[in-house]
Amino acid sequence: MRPNASLPLHRIAHARAGDKGDRLNVSVTAYDRRHYPLLLEQVTAERVAALFGHRRPGQVTRYELPKLGALNFVIDGVLEGGVNRSLGLDGHGKTLSFRVLSLEVTLPDDAR
Amino acid sequence: MTAPLLVGGGAGFSGDRIDAPIPVVAELARAGRPAVIIFETLAERTLALAQRARSENPGHGYEPQLEAILGPILADCLAHRIRIVGNFGAANPAGAAAAIQRLAAAAGLPAPRIAVVEGDDLLAVATRAEIAGWTADADFGDGTTIVAANAYLGAREIAEALAAGADIVVTGRVADPALVLGPVMAHFGWGWDDWDRLAFGTAAGHLLECGAQVTGGYFADPGMKEVPGLDEVGFPIAEISGDGTLVVTKPAGTGGLVSTATVTEQLLYEIHDPARYLTPDVVLDVTDMEVAAVGPDRVRVAGARGRPRPETLKATVCVSGGFLGEAEISYAGPHAAERARLAARVVRDRLRTRGFPGRMRFDLIGVASVFADDAGTFQSAMAAGGEDVRMRLAVNHADRDQVERAAREVLSLYCCGPAGGGGVRQAVTPVFHTGSAYIPRERVRGTWRFA
Repeated sequence: MRPNASLPLHRIAHARAGDKGDRLNVSVTAYDRRHYPLLLEQVTAERVAALFGHRRPGQVTRYELPKLGALNFVIDGVLEGGVNRSLGLDGHGKTLSFRVLSLEVTLPDDAR
Repeated sequence: MTAPLLVGGGAGFSGDRIDAPIPVVAELARAGRPAVIIFETLAERTLALAQRARSENPGHGYEPQLEAILGPILADCLAHRIRIVGNFGAANPAGAAAAIQRLAAAAGLPAPRIAVVEGDDLLAVATRAEIAGWTADADFGDGTTIVAANAYLGAREIAEALAAGADIVVTGRVADPALVLGPVMAHFGWGWDDWDRLAFGTAAGHLLECGAQVTGGYFADPGMKEVPGLDEVGFPIAEISGDGTLVVTKPAGTGGLVSTATVTEQLLYEIHDPARYLTPDVVLDVTDMEVAAVGPDRVRVAGARGRPRPETLKATVCVSGGFLGEAEISYAGPHAAERARLAARVVRDRLRTRGFPGRMRFDLIGVASVFADDAGTFQSAMAAGGEDVRMRLAVNHADRDQVERAAREVLSLYCCGPAGGGGVRQAVTPVFHTGSAYIPRERVRGTWRFA
């Protein structure tokens, strides 16, 4: 029996980051609508929050958009002050969509 | 039913591609239908800089690239009655209008009817102390350091100006979707309490306000998401119908891609709670929205729902935040990362010993930078590695001299630092802190007039 495949979220979804102040939003959209239940099950607010633990974010909220096959994560306090205060190169956090896409997900055999 | 309105996106930010509007205008001209092209060029920081520019010279304070942006398209827009709506007025909409008149005159064009929208500047109607009182941000103290404070006006003034015959509408700070909602309301004549229709026009604006972000820009990921012709990506055109549906497309013969994926990404961009996207004119709910491909590079969008507009108007307030100093040096080949880490340690020790009073951050570009945190936690967890590593120092303090001296510590690594350090670059830029304020509507009066 083939084991379940473990792979980065990047392989089954695309994402885009946006910012307002010190708050980041990252949308995550399944390439294939059939993977949306998998996103719901495995791409949780807690797991996304953990990816940014070193930035010590505040609230992480996940919104669900089933008609678009997408999730929207809102991560507070993760931009170290936001674009006008951050000492980092990417104060807007535009690169951080790919941090979310690095999350490991598991595909059951029949979902591939 | 009223004919559809065509709206083109000409710019998504200040610094966008100057040539991008040209194919959009050409396509709108070919269509021979009611059409508008919008320009969004006003980030938070841009307005603070513009306010400073105007305080130094009353004729300045509008988008510095205004002439370069409008020059190539003004004649065609006027000849084909393609209206222009843009927030390139920044801190001086009247100054921008005058500049556009000079541009038209120099090109031998008949003088366009230009309307300016004003009333967003809170410093003109309230004291700094009052403005500070409207923010929840302790940074603003008693308000004495406020450089700029601008309310986000809605679409009403834009709509009225267009209905009165303006060829060009120049605004300062307005909600970005208002640049499209204004033309939509003027064209269809809907009511300002028709929430679902206001939501529809707002959603259209949200899709168009970032230029190529809906047509294949900020999207390509080789191997996963292919986008042809990114070097000549076409900016968007929306065909907006009176029945609450619109089609997003782009000019024929341009690069880029319009797909359900590009449209979905832009629809959710900078959205928080998707059931409650607050704008001055309506609260937009996108949770019922659907996107569907209806042809090559043609995506239909529908399902926007609206609720009554908020009771207060959001404003952005800017205060001076000192200076950001940045300096970098590169190391390559064997042990590059170790030498870069040593360089960072040397600079950190010197700044600490000398009691540098500001904030500081070290990145190792090529090992850990944009994912990392100021405290260096993320970087410590990364294995040393990489044979082309750029050590970056960033500091912030109110005193420019302190910031410049800190940056020079990296420069001195040429002679005093690890082996093989090269390619030092430094920069010092003024910082503006921004925050939000919520203003009682009766304190803000948007107005419009022909200039």
